[in-house]
Amino acid sequence: MDEVTDQQQADREARLDRLRDDAARLGPLTQPIAGYYGRPVLKPAIWTWEVPAYLFIGGAAGICAVIAWAAALFDNPALARDARHVAATGAALSPLLLISDLGRPGRFLNMLRVFKPQSPMSMGAWLVALFCTAEFGSVVGHLTGTVAGGAVARQCDLVAALAGLLLATYPGVLMGATAIPVWNRFARVLPWHFAASSLGAAASILELVGHRVQALNVIGLTAAVGVTALAVLTDFRRDGVSKPLVSGRSGTMSLLGDAFSGPLPLMLRLAASIWPAARLFAAAFAVAGSLLTRFAWVAAGRQSAQDPDLVLGVGSR
Amino acid sequence: MPTTGFFTDSTVCIGCKACEVACKEWNDVPHDGFEWTGQSYDNTGGLGHSTWRHVKFVERVRDGATAWDFSSDVCKHCEHAGCLEACPTGSIVRTEFGGVFIQPDICNGCGYCIVTCPFGVVDRRPDDGRAFKCTFCYDRQKAGLEPACAKVCPTQSIQFGDLEALRVKAAERLTVLEARGVTDAVVYDPLHTSVGGTHAIFLVRGDVTEYNLPPNPEVPTTVLGAAWRAAGLASAALFGIILLAFLTGGRSALAP
Repeated sequence: MDEVTDQQQADREARLDRLRDDAARLGPLTQPIAGYYGRPVLKPAIWTWEVPAYLFIGGAAGICAVIAWAAALFDNPALARDARHVAATGAALSPLLLISDLGRPGRFLNMLRVFKPQSPMSMGAWLVALFCTAEFGSVVGHLTGTVAGGAVARQCDLVAALAGLLLATYPGVLMGATAIPVWNRFARVLPWHFAASSLGAAASILELVGHRVQALNVIGLTAAVGVTALAVLTDFRRDGVSKPLVSGRSGTMSLLGDAFSGPLPLMLRLAASIWPAARLFAAAFAVAGSLLTRFAWVAAGRQSAQDPDLVLGVGSR
Repeated sequence: MPTTGFFTDSTVCIGCKACEVACKEWNDVPHDGFEWTGQSYDNTGGLGHSTWRHVKFVERVRDGATAWDFSSDVCKHCEHAGCLEACPTGSIVRTEFGGVFIQPDICNGCGYCIVTCPFGVVDRRPDDGRAFKCTFCYDRQKAGLEPACAKVCPTQSIQFGDLEALRVKAAERLTVLEARGVTDAVVYDPLHTSVGGTHAIFLVRGDVTEYNLPPNPEVPTTVLGAAWRAAGLASAALFGIILLAFLTGGRSALAP
């Protein structure tokens, strides 16, 4: 066993004292009427901070790749270049985060051993691989400065944009298709939530970098409206499954994340017509909200897995 | 190869935990800590990365007296297994005996099987990094032997054999018990859900939820279609929004 600290030993003694008191008070029967001693049925995700961080970075980078492609199409090379750089940075960080979260990081290539459509994790691994390859090709192609290099880079930009769209939405499938009650319940909502959140974050990052084109403001506004609408779907429920989204630590994170990326930037962007600086505040809030939302969903899943009533259906008994 | 199964008859379990010990010994499973739980004689707690058999101690009042029921839990080896579907490396496979097996030389510890198991069986061993669960003693079965827990069980509470034969046996046992006046016995084998039945079936007295057995376990892949459709639609919407935004003003800068 690992070394036991004095504090741990004291906690243990206190817990055993409580058990003895319970035994004296309640008699010989120790099992509660419902469930098995209230022990969780499910196991929570072992994901550490890297996964929610990746969900944010991957989603924002994916949308930036789409913006880069659209900006090039609409003849805004400065925005296209910066969006491409943000996307490429995200593409470089994503696999690092995912690999460091593995229990055996050295075996990360096993992810590409099979192509398995029924596994969202497998599809995600291939998607990240495709996105990173396309971004790498784009960066190298543009660096060469040759005509051929530019042509290759433009093809890569298109591939990255298409992969980026799915990169921003597949995490909803990844989390929805699990046994975790709160994720499973919102399997149809999660892809939309992540899409809207990533959309707002990507436009906001580019605004914070210094771009002021109207398109980014329109994207930011649409994303804020989207998040606000989706928050209404998830944050005003009173059933047991949705509880981690509205109460406790995960509920606080979830509500703050939604407020930061939905109603708050929406109002600030509308206020920008009389107070231009509000647009930057809106962007900053949207980025923070998008990041917080990913941590909130992961935390809510952890909370959800701990509640045996949700799977046993004994809460109403 | 016949599909093999476990039939755990809780009515003859004496709670000796020999199955827990035999499993650990044969499979060389490390210890996972010891703690007094205060929950009857169950200080194992639940199945996990280093507990592949777990004897539950269910306490209740029956006919005015304190009753004690024991039941040895194990990986259910689902007909439609969430962990197997979800595994992105192909580490988790269906063996020729119908069991669900994690190949330890392939698993890279991504942990996705943990959240896709509707029974909370699989977990990642922190100091090892890989996911572990009951192997259905794949090595022993290959050599024509029964799993270690079934071999060691002194009351034949854990029975091993052809799955369909065991299903018949479980139904027969239920009839015998009813004839003897035991009316609260049930067989746990969720054939009615998307899991499609389990290769480890249980006969327990009372409500299955008192044993932490979910009454309606579902394999998570059932929502895959709806979730991917949502992702596809959301992706199309993202594409449309971005294009429209650039059509309205891709070059014109806002003041200031």
